[in-house]
Amino acid sequence: MPSEYILEMNNVFKSFGSNRVLDDVTIAIKPGEVRALMGENGAGKSTLMKILGGIYHADEGSIKIDGNLVRINVVEDARQNGISFIHQEISNVPSMNIAENFFLGKEPKNKFGMIDIQRMHRETRKALDVMGINLPTTRLISGLSIAKQQMLEIARAINENAKVVIMDEPTASLANAEVQDLFAQVKMLKEKNVAIIYISHRMEETFLVCDTVTVLRDGKFIGTKNTTETTENELISMMVGRKFDEIYGYDRAIGGETIMQVNGLTSNAVTDVTFDLRKGEVLGFAGLVGAGRTETALALFGIDKIHSGEIMLDGKKVIIKSPTDAIAAGIELVPEDRKGQGLFLTHSISTNLTFQVLPQFIHNLTINRKKEKDLIETYKNKLSIKMASVNQLAGELSGGNQQKIVISKWLAAKPKVIILDEPTRGIDVGAKAEIYKLMKDLTDEGVSIIMISSELPEIINNSSRIAVMSEGRLVKILDPEVDEISQEIIMSYAVQGGNK
Amino acid sequence: MTNQSSPTPVKEKNSIWDSNPIFAWFRRNIASILAALLLCVILSFTTDTFLVSTNLLSLMRNVCVNAFIAFGITCVLICGGIDLSVGSVAAAAGVITVRFANAGLPLVFCVAIALVFGAVVGLFNGYLVSHTTIPPFIVTLSTQIIIRGVGYVVTGGQPTQCTNESFNLLGTGNILGIPVPVFVVTIVLVILFFIMNRTRFGRHVYATGGNREAARFAGVNTKSVQMRVFMMSGTLAALAGVVLAARLYSGQPSVGEGFERDAIAASVLGGTSFNGGIGSLGGTVIGIFIIGILNNGMNLLSINSYWQFVVRGCVILGAVYLDYIKKSRALKK
Ligand SMILES: Nc1ncnc2c1ncn2[C@@H]1O[C@H](COP(=O)(O)OP(=O)(O)OP(=O)(O)O)[C@@H](O)[C@H]1O
Ligand SMILES: [Mg+2]
Repeated sequence: MPSEYILEMNNVFKSFGSNRVLDDVTIAIKPGEVRALMGENGAGKSTLMKILGGIYHADEGSIKIDGNLVRINVVEDARQNGISFIHQEISNVPSMNIAENFFLGKEPKNKFGMIDIQRMHRETRKALDVMGINLPTTRLISGLSIAKQQMLEIARAINENAKVVIMDEPTASLANAEVQDLFAQVKMLKEKNVAIIYISHRMEETFLVCDTVTVLRDGKFIGTKNTTETTENELISMMVGRKFDEIYGYDRAIGGETIMQVNGLTSNAVTDVTFDLRKGEVLGFAGLVGAGRTETALALFGIDKIHSGEIMLDGKKVIIKSPTDAIAAGIELVPEDRKGQGLFLTHSISTNLTFQVLPQFIHNLTINRKKEKDLIETYKNKLSIKMASVNQLAGELSGGNQQKIVISKWLAAKPKVIILDEPTRGIDVGAKAEIYKLMKDLTDEGVSIIMISSELPEIINNSSRIAVMSEGRLVKILDPEVDEISQEIIMSYAVQGGNK
Repeated sequence: MTNQSSPTPVKEKNSIWDSNPIFAWFRRNIASILAALLLCVILSFTTDTFLVSTNLLSLMRNVCVNAFIAFGITCVLICGGIDLSVGSVAAAAGVITVRFANAGLPLVFCVAIALVFGAVVGLFNGYLVSHTTIPPFIVTLSTQIIIRGVGYVVTGGQPTQCTNESFNLLGTGNILGIPVPVFVVTIVLVILFFIMNRTRFGRHVYATGGNREAARFAGVNTKSVQMRVFMMSGTLAALAGVVLAARLYSGQPSVGEGFERDAIAASVLGGTSFNGGIGSLGGTVIGIFIIGILNNGMNLLSINSYWQFVVRGCVILGAVYLDYIKKSRALKK
């Protein structure tokens, strides 16, 4: 029986233990439609898609492709049915090269039943050229930036010639330029009548690329709207279940006297970076991916070796050779790669939350459980972290909730200077506001914040001043008191700054 | 922006050092190859018994047992696991072969039973490793002890003398002047090389060891991959046991203590990572030779066997340390 829908998921239920994650969800998508899937962290978006992708099994419910009932038990079944998946978490094998990753699980065979390595490299090359990724296919994944890895995954999924492409937060770690590349690909797929399911917490994107939007809340289907007939506020209300006014509504922090002075900082990745940080301000770091923002943070935190340059803190010169030195000096870093650097995935939420502040609870070899519990409660409520219990493993949390844990973990330590690298990556609107508020609380207490972000509205609305980096150099510090500030101005420094 | 402004296609660098497997192997393992050669040079000057064909042939014969086991362990390590049960499996396989042969069954059949036994133990290990969260170290440590114990119970701790004359050929015979086990090892190596480098399964072993979650998301059945790798290791350990029994001309329940040690050492010397995802059989071959030459040389120099342990340990640590330095340099670049 032909159907106007290419994909239907009907009455899907799913629980993890006693935690009901999907509760009677039904969606249907037409060919060539770009469907946004929205909802707060932990609403069940990724879980629904993983069921479609053959990673999880639904407890109940059915899936139809082209009107035919199909069973999807393993990833291969999904692929056979024309479904390809870009996962929320970067999923590459670092010790293998680009071509091997590109064809992982679907290696082409020659007539002797062996892997056709030449063909693998040839076809990977073609697919990368289409996306304008100029990396050799023999390059190991290990050491590539997250943005590059994300682009590779997008190229891989697009190359599968699927009928349905699932993109779970594809832009979370991309900057403007790559996002534009991605949108171009989405358009092209749409013209080929491919259906796309697009999960993102960035509102502008939803309205820019999606035709329709489905909202989930607490695992329940709330509604589907045409993007032309709805508004940002309506969607947010659907997501959070109450009226919601303003996201970027907080006053900018005004800095006091200079607390940190960085002069001519040079490492392998950055050259001659000079800036000052004032007490209680938010210094935003803008720039394209690969401009050296993260690398500046890594050098300041003692992970990347500092070749030359000096760092003054409270007027005293500090030598930072390791993270231990940095933490002792009062500098902390919330890293960008939460899976690799920020979390102990196989440990409980409580272990993760309190790791940085353990000495506060440990007296005579026993851990003060009450104090520990209070702290966890505080941050759980502040950031509305959605979890079954504090004993759940961090690796089981939804992507956005993992990010919240990482941030809470560091905030608990109350440093002088805190560096936040893409702090709201993959975080829903409500929690974003919570994090901005938390930052505001910190600056009010006199903590200085360096915030690296690829989302320009976030930078503009939260920064006391904005440092723009380009090709490993800090090219401009914009101060709203004297400079005019807009997305275009920031981008022009980010793009051309390196040539000046 | 950078990617849009440069539409020129990327040149893939394809020097012979990357494309030809032999050259690539040479380049990758240059340090350990040099170390092995250096050992040979030193020994040929300090002894007059090293560079003699009888000694070299017996050296080759001696490394064979370790070679089978080390190949299996290399594959398991690449897959992110470890197999400590190999020594016990080898001993049991030897006893099984000899007992069945003595009962009058055809030799091929006896060997087949021993190999199947190894595969079943491997399957058991692999099943527990892939379907539970018990670490492979614990799983295979337990099977090591269990099988060793069962071996002693069944045999009463006594060796079984072999009565089948032709069995002995497998261990001590020569073809064209080259020991039979060396032929067998070479054939096994070629087959394993193709499996690991030219088949999907081989790629999936690397992927599972490199990042299990990513492999699963890409559609790799990681549980089945793990089980099959452990089966490979078990089968190879059994083969080692058969060859050893043929050489000793008896099935001895007590042989094989510490086999996993030499095999792990050979893998690590050959550049296999304990974290999974990285390693090569070609590297392991050199590791096997380094260990074999070292043992042979120390015997020729009549170094006290207690001191031999100390030397072996230092060599492994030294090699791994050099490798570490090399890698951290490469990372800084
Ligand atoms: N493997 C698992 N084991 C136990 N619970 C899980 C597992 N995977 C997800 N969950 C739970 O299911 C719920 C939904 O998670 P899911 O990843 O689908 O959320 P999401 O909507 O994608 O959120 P985000 O925007 O943060 O990515 C969460 O409460 C999470 O803790
Ligand atoms: Mg998700």
